[in-house]
Amino acid sequence: MSAAENSEQHDIDVSLVKKDFPILSTQMNGKRLVYLDSAATSQKPVQVIDAISNYYRTFNANIHRGIYKISEQATEEYTKSKDKLAEFIGAKSYQEIVYVRNTTEAINLAALSWGEANVNKGDHILITQMEHHSNIVPWQMLAQRKGAVLDYVALNGDRSALDQESLEKQLEKNPKILAVTHASNVLGTINDVKAITRKAHDRGAVVLIDGAQSCPHMPVDVRDIGCDFFALSGHKMLGPTGIGALYGKRDLLAAMEPIFGGGDMIRSVGFQTHTWNDLPWKFEAGTSNIEGGIGLSAAIDYLNGIGMKNIRRHEVEVTRYAMEKLGGIRGLKMYGPDIDHMESRGGVISFSMEGAHPHDVAQIFDDRGIAIRAGHHCAMPLVEDVLGVGAVSRISFYIYNDKNDADAAVDAVGEVKRVFKLQ
Amino acid sequence: MYAEEIIAYYEHPENKYKMDDADDSYSDFNPVCGDKLTVYIKVKDDKIEKMSFEGDGCAISMASASMLTEVAEGKSVDEIEKMGPADVIKMIKVDPGPVRIKCATLSLRALQKAVFMYKHGKRD
Repeated sequence: MSAAENSEQHDIDVSLVKKDFPILSTQMNGKRLVYLDSAATSQKPVQVIDAISNYYRTFNANIHRGIYKISEQATEEYTKSKDKLAEFIGAKSYQEIVYVRNTTEAINLAALSWGEANVNKGDHILITQMEHHSNIVPWQMLAQRKGAVLDYVALNGDRSALDQESLEKQLEKNPKILAVTHASNVLGTINDVKAITRKAHDRGAVVLIDGAQSCPHMPVDVRDIGCDFFALSGHKMLGPTGIGALYGKRDLLAAMEPIFGGGDMIRSVGFQTHTWNDLPWKFEAGTSNIEGGIGLSAAIDYLNGIGMKNIRRHEVEVTRYAMEKLGGIRGLKMYGPDIDHMESRGGVISFSMEGAHPHDVAQIFDDRGIAIRAGHHCAMPLVEDVLGVGAVSRISFYIYNDKNDADAAVDAVGEVKRVFKLQ
Repeated sequence: MYAEEIIAYYEHPENKYKMDDADDSYSDFNPVCGDKLTVYIKVKDDKIEKMSFEGDGCAISMASASMLTEVAEGKSVDEIEKMGPADVIKMIKVDPGPVRIKCATLSLRALQKAVFMYKHGKRD
């Protein structure tokens, strides 16, 4: 039985999971690859790789309107992937799922279509200090185009969570939209997006959740959250690159204009006019990323096979274990919620080491076959202005990581201390 | 990568100070990792009489900047302009790979821009 065939509550057998990921039996710099950079992109199980390969080998054809067997099959598989994703995040139907390239494009679509029509001069747009560039820049661009005001919810005193007072204060300005991350890619903080959405709705704001770091790692139910938009990337949840989605409530999407015109997004075209296709196709001009949809479909099957609650529990356990070990190391500072607040922390550990630059830290990890990330993690305002450092090192865990991988990271920190002669 | 010599230059850098009477200076940074430095030069008879630097960054960028201050001294501005990544690799005695080479050459790029401004009479 493969690791993905049991969705009952159970501990994840990581040794079985690892076998499903071909890359994890390869080497990096002559050492077993220890992959601790899943917040950047996840590795892919053989089930996803095979699904894509199988599509190209056995039923590659363009979707929609092909009156032959393999085109019908490709259309069916592609559409089925939307049904699966809709169910996976608790949307009502596939009509609320617009495929895009990634989370960034999903947020840009919301800003360009919904934002363009609904945000005017002097209006407020509200985001937070813990956003990724993908949830900052599209709103800066919209604010610049429209003469709108971009406001930020501040972080609390220990810079581990959003400051509730700041949130209330900013909402008093009646922003048109609140765009907030579900889980921070730097701090690991999981925001209570359900409560935030309720507060924002009370003020009449539309709410967009950046789910890039939550959707792969924990159960997500957009209807329970109550948000209007939810953005996600396939490549961070075991799927291929180039496929992501914007969930939108049906009435919102129905009222929005497409930003790209072309084939597939139309119902009919005359020499001067055209009419739009039904949801969600009106937002998807041109030939779709068919292999992406099929690969994402296989990824969702894999995640469902293990169970999102099990994945979340497993990551909390490995993250807590790593934090306990790292917490005892002198000169090492971790960011985000502390070990007593694991309920609001994802499997991301950003840290600094006194006397060693994050790039040197990552390099020494690399020499030992361990992949971590160092830099500003596409969150320059958070890292530089709020945390007050140029860069941090980041470890991030997923289903294929276990305590041995955490130990490897802890050992590598020891090596950093040895190389830089740190006490 | 982290030979004793690199660590020694990183921990005890040579010529790491702000040169108040510099003929020219140039500030540069590496947006990927946040390394930043300013290079100062004193030029006499078209030769680098003295080079110093200030900055924050990784061991590779700081050690190579420090080593460069010694290598550059006495070289003509033409010689400085002809230097490239291969010279930096020779200087630090390790090939840091395609990503880290940008850290290693940050100081050389800044030095070359300072020299360019000196030659063309442009100032910050």
